[in-house]
Amino acid sequence: MTGEILATGGESAAPLRRTKADSPLKRILAAFFEDRLAVIGLVVFVLIAAFAVIGPWIVPQNPYDLAQLDIMDGGLPPGETSFSTGGTYWLGTDEQGRDMLSAIAYGLRISLLVAFVSLGCAITIGVTLGVVASYFGGRIDSLIMRVVDLQLSFPAILIALILLALLGRGVDKVILALVIVQWAYYARTVRSSAIVETRKDYIDAARCLALSHRRIMFRHLLPNCVPPLIVVATVQIAQAISLEATLSFLGVGVPITEPSLGLLIANGYDYLLSGRYWVSIFPGIALVATIVAINLVGDRLRDVLNPRLQK
Amino acid sequence: MIVYLMRRIGQSLVAIMVMATLVFLGVYAIGNPVDVLINPEATQSEIAATIARLGLDKPLWQQFLIFVKSALQGDLGNSFVYGRPAVDIILERFPATMELALVALTLSVVIGVPLGVYAGLKPESIGGRSVMAGSILGFSLPNFWQGMLLILIFAVLLGWLPAGGRGETVQVLGMRVSFLTWDGLQHLLLPALNLALFKMSLVIRLARANTREVVTQDYVKFARAKGLSTRRVVLVHVLKNIMIPVVTILGLELGSMVAFAIVTETVFAWPGMGKLLIDSIKLLDRPLIVAYLMLTVLIIVTINLVVDVLYSFLDPRIRLSEVKG
Repeated sequence: MTGEILATGGESAAPLRRTKADSPLKRILAAFFEDRLAVIGLVVFVLIAAFAVIGPWIVPQNPYDLAQLDIMDGGLPPGETSFSTGGTYWLGTDEQGRDMLSAIAYGLRISLLVAFVSLGCAITIGVTLGVVASYFGGRIDSLIMRVVDLQLSFPAILIALILLALLGRGVDKVILALVIVQWAYYARTVRSSAIVETRKDYIDAARCLALSHRRIMFRHLLPNCVPPLIVVATVQIAQAISLEATLSFLGVGVPITEPSLGLLIANGYDYLLSGRYWVSIFPGIALVATIVAINLVGDRLRDVLNPRLQK
Repeated sequence: MIVYLMRRIGQSLVAIMVMATLVFLGVYAIGNPVDVLINPEATQSEIAATIARLGLDKPLWQQFLIFVKSALQGDLGNSFVYGRPAVDIILERFPATMELALVALTLSVVIGVPLGVYAGLKPESIGGRSVMAGSILGFSLPNFWQGMLLILIFAVLLGWLPAGGRGETVQVLGMRVSFLTWDGLQHLLLPALNLALFKMSLVIRLARANTREVVTQDYVKFARAKGLSTRRVVLVHVLKNIMIPVVTILGLELGSMVAFAIVTETVFAWPGMGKLLIDSIKLLDRPLIVAYLMLTVLIIVTINLVVDVLYSFLDPRIRLSEVKG
């Protein structure tokens, strides 16, 4: 399926570099792996994601189970041993004696969960509206694109803040805000590539076969609009993680009972000035590593998938 | 030109109306407006009086007309916390935010353009590559995190600059500004740099891409062939031609700077509109939130309008294609 998509997408443009691989997918992957930084980014991201998924089973404590916390261990610097269990706190503890490594594992889960769920919903809504707009054109198109233009003329953070100020804190509400902020980017991306594709002969051919609109839109048109969508999605996922962290840092994002990385950083912020840097710095490093890794992958994907740069 | 101007103003008015409607629906239609608009500590008779005054017993469309009418008169309700008109309180904080945004904008141009031109002239050199790597970091690191690192390095570890607040201010044209006193300038530097970093990365990338394009043009080759010094070619011929896109993009970005100032102001305890918004959200001071949103929407729409119109003066192709389209 993916091979097919990329095969039709690659027809018009010459390959990035001739390699022995035959299918366009293999060619794109080969081109991607030529860049050392992008591969490092991908490896780092996979490691971080794996840590977020299996974290709760490998870290020493559940940081939100009060029975496992010992106030005696509060504010320990990295590498200290626990007074109660004798275990080592590799990244130190916060005021309540919470192991920062465990807190980061749980925080990472929430950050990535919010980002990926909102990504999925925003893509579904954005792509559907974008394809519909370009396929039907006319009034539907101008209505949808007016909304997109209007929304994109305001900064994402402002729109998200408005929503959260009205709705209150909560993981589900942050996801909703991110979906509303992000769908417009996908709609615009898909529309701009679909509008070129709609004029091509294979769409006319599909129309002549009297296929249903839905089938033409989602089985014929959409697969040919995927490459730019992948690039925008990698940029947007980094943006989503960053925006969620910012909102939580400002105290309007996730609730205190389910802290993401942004909220962990905010909690440690007060101790930063008094020298207990680890409570804030380590969640920050986890956040930054995630975002930079995704951006490195995205940068390379943009070069590999951009037909203008292919020579 | 007049057709274009009218069209553009019309679009801006529609944008403001749509946002006003959304804010109205958000406050009045989602949930009970009595809870939203009336101070939770008000007594029963106060509640009844406010309901009657705001017309909350009337149907929704009438309420909307009342909201629009009083908004047009500059009345967006009284703040719960301060007990004064919300618009006045925000306007008092407005100069601090604008000062921060304008200084940040200046910094991003003054630092960003030379770095971008340098990276564009020598894209393969170590310096050029590190400038680009730095700009990727400026893009990817969240704003609040950059601010915290600045505080950690310059205020906590080195102790060179204060970590927050606005410092000493002086009165200029009825507005209090920081940048004219030494103390104020010290307080301003870190937050302005924090707000500037993201835009600076943008300017670096724009300047670099445009420089690379411009240096291959015939007029630059001709200038070199005439025997002009490299310095003159870069400062006059190249710089002039890369400034148009840079200035346009930055004009449009000024609006988003006002919004991003929310983060910077919170990190640095800078007493501007953005910090006021976050404080109001935490204190559930809803009239202030509504007033902030409406004013910010107004500011952003106005900036976009002014930049678009100015740009169409500079580049006639824009307005011609708009009128045709």
